[in-house]
Amino acid sequence: MKTINFLKPNKDNLQVFLYTGSILFFISLFDVFLSSFLNYNLTSFLPDILSFWLPLVFGLIGLHLLRIEFSGIKYLDLLNKNINTSNFNALLTLLIIFIIIKAMPPSLSWFIFDANIAGDTKEACTGTGACWTYIKVWLRRFMYGMYPNELQWRINISFIILIGLAFVGYFAGEKLKKFLTLYYVIIYPIIAYILIYYLISGGSFGLVWVETGAWGGLSLTFIVSFFCLIFCFPIGMLLALGRRSDLPTIKYMSVGFIEFWRGVPLITVLFMSSVMFPMFLPEDFFMDKLVRVIIAISLFEAAYVAEVIRGGLQALPRGQYDAAKSLGMGYWKMHIFVILPQALKLVIPGIANTFLALVKDTPLIFVVGLMEIAGMLGLAKTNPKWLGFAMEGYVFAAIIFWIICYAMSKYSYNLEAKYKTER
Amino acid sequence: MNNKVKKIIPQIITLITVAGIFGFFTYNAQLNMDNRGIEFGYGFLKQESSFDVQFSLIDYDGSHSYARAYLVGLLNTLLVSFIGIIFSTIIGIIVGVARLSPNYLIRNSASFYVEFFRNIPLLLQIFFWYFAALRALPLPQDAEAWFGSTYMTIKGYYVPLFIWDNLDVFLYSILGAIICIGVIKTYAKKIQENEGKQLPVFYISLALIIAFPILSFVFGGVNIEVKTPELKQLSATGYIFEPALSLPPELIALVLALSLYTATFIAECVRAGIQGISKGQKEAAASIGLTPNQILKLVIMPQALRIIIPPTTNQYLNLTKNSSLAAAIAYPDLVLVFAGTALMQTGRAIEIVSITMLTYLSISLSISVLMNWYNKKIAIKEK
Repeated sequence: MKTINFLKPNKDNLQVFLYTGSILFFISLFDVFLSSFLNYNLTSFLPDILSFWLPLVFGLIGLHLLRIEFSGIKYLDLLNKNINTSNFNALLTLLIIFIIIKAMPPSLSWFIFDANIAGDTKEACTGTGACWTYIKVWLRRFMYGMYPNELQWRINISFIILIGLAFVGYFAGEKLKKFLTLYYVIIYPIIAYILIYYLISGGSFGLVWVETGAWGGLSLTFIVSFFCLIFCFPIGMLLALGRRSDLPTIKYMSVGFIEFWRGVPLITVLFMSSVMFPMFLPEDFFMDKLVRVIIAISLFEAAYVAEVIRGGLQALPRGQYDAAKSLGMGYWKMHIFVILPQALKLVIPGIANTFLALVKDTPLIFVVGLMEIAGMLGLAKTNPKWLGFAMEGYVFAAIIFWIICYAMSKYSYNLEAKYKTER
Repeated sequence: MNNKVKKIIPQIITLITVAGIFGFFTYNAQLNMDNRGIEFGYGFLKQESSFDVQFSLIDYDGSHSYARAYLVGLLNTLLVSFIGIIFSTIIGIIVGVARLSPNYLIRNSASFYVEFFRNIPLLLQIFFWYFAALRALPLPQDAEAWFGSTYMTIKGYYVPLFIWDNLDVFLYSILGAIICIGVIKTYAKKIQENEGKQLPVFYISLALIIAFPILSFVFGGVNIEVKTPELKQLSATGYIFEPALSLPPELIALVLALSLYTATFIAECVRAGIQGISKGQKEAAASIGLTPNQILKLVIMPQALRIIIPPTTNQYLNLTKNSSLAAAIAYPDLVLVFAGTALMQTGRAIEIVSITMLTYLSISLSISVLMNWYNKKIAIKEK
């Protein structure tokens, strides 16, 4: 029998190392598991400090013994390669596993096991976990703001129609394909505006008028981001072209405009739209607060879109411009048919990021008194009947926004892959 | 129509349009202000402000002027941005490196962190920390000490107060040490270029930066008095810690949210920078006999930093601009103090909003000018 060197595990004594190593590793995991899920300490007979560190020490020794190079066992090699390359890595691995095991019981109990969802009042929440009753009761307010309950079908119908119309592109025949850009850039926004003006706002065709102050919740977030998205894109495109123009007046005006909006925070822009802008308008001219906010956010985001598109324009080789010019195309023809389609394709990820930033910025409109979801949460939190549930509200909103933003970023990856052209 | 005219006409049209819009706005503003009896002007800055600010780095109360209130707000904004930048850089570098780790668990935890925090609006994160997480902290009388003598309570974080004697001497000594290190570095470089000898610059600098402040304690009359916080009863249920430096919960929530959010973007910059260096660089450096430390210091880092620094500065700028969200949780930053309270009191919307915007604009522009200069300096000089 050969001597066994425990400091250097090797293939010769594979069985010994494998068994001692995995036993130690599993003991350490088992100890942490028991103590966090069943609140039972395996090593309670030891002094406190020792029993606290023991799983870590056992796990480290176990992983060290398991680190056998070229063991020939597929899973062991995979394990070593991925989580156990060195002692330091093993330590980090153990710490992450322990944190996950430790964090699971409290979060599970807060979210599910000790949470309440039954009932309609605060008194129904007796558990120590989350009070989802609060979300259930306030759900309509979080979604629609102060919009009257019996009229909320109007918002639902407009959103369903708009989402349906957004998918027209998938069903359009070959003949209509060339009109799709026209449809999405001009016709669709007009339909959206008409729907929102006549259906959600009301006031004609026998529909009750609902003032924009009552709009709110997640639906307002959608409305604001939708319009800003539609407006900021063409403005940004024009600004990007302006910045690349050879006409000095236009160039420097674009530069000034872009740098100005990019240099100030959105919150001051919103302040400007709500307190300063009315001073610049004739006295009898009234512009709704929502409209002013949408204009402000659109101009703000347009500056960012412009910089992204400029990146795409600069990345195009000169040959593309020269080729288009040699065919006798004018400025607009060249840009619309040759340059912009290629440049925009290049900057899909950048534009997607800007749009994502826009959606994430919309909650800010609450500082000028528009009650979208963050504003509604603030209102619900201070309601005397429902004090003390701030956590549930913010977790709920965070989950919703996370889903929206994550879906958007994943969609942009797909789009990028779809339009990728080899050069 | 010749080419020249073709170029001039659109320019004149834009110029007239823009001038027209501006003229229209100015005319209306003039009319509106006349109707309301407001005079345009910045004279109000010298008036007494008569409002108090919760948290201020400089001496301030209601008897000071609006200009001083502006300064208080600006300093608070800079303070929160500065702390946020430090924390976000540290977290960002760690997470960015972790995303490239060969360890499956570390890599995925890091990407989970990035995907999680950057897809939630910053405002919601600030609200979460301020209204939900920090409200769960104990009251001062129930608080337990962290690290011996600091207390994390619902009213803020209390840390021991340092009272300095002759602080200026201490600062001068540090300045002196830095100047000496600079001189030694240039000297060492000269020696290395002329004679090929290498001086242990790092150890010399370390010794200097420790020795100078110690000398200032011994000879310069510098002295620190540490006052540990002790619980003090104000009323039947109101307790605070005194004497102590108290960091308000607004500041803590803001720093937490800003640095955790911005760190995700910095992590992506760091990852891109490290991935952007080709493997051949490392191998080439190793083949000419550089040690691993030298490879990192002389070959990898200069190239990676060239990729990392410009987008990271952009993120610092974003952080500074995002710190204006402080107004939402009533941390007295520039927007809250000046564009909020001062505007409410004076009603001078145009002047105050324009000053606020210009302040942020000049911070952004000065940093981008610096960045452009830096970019030019480190850009690859191709022949």
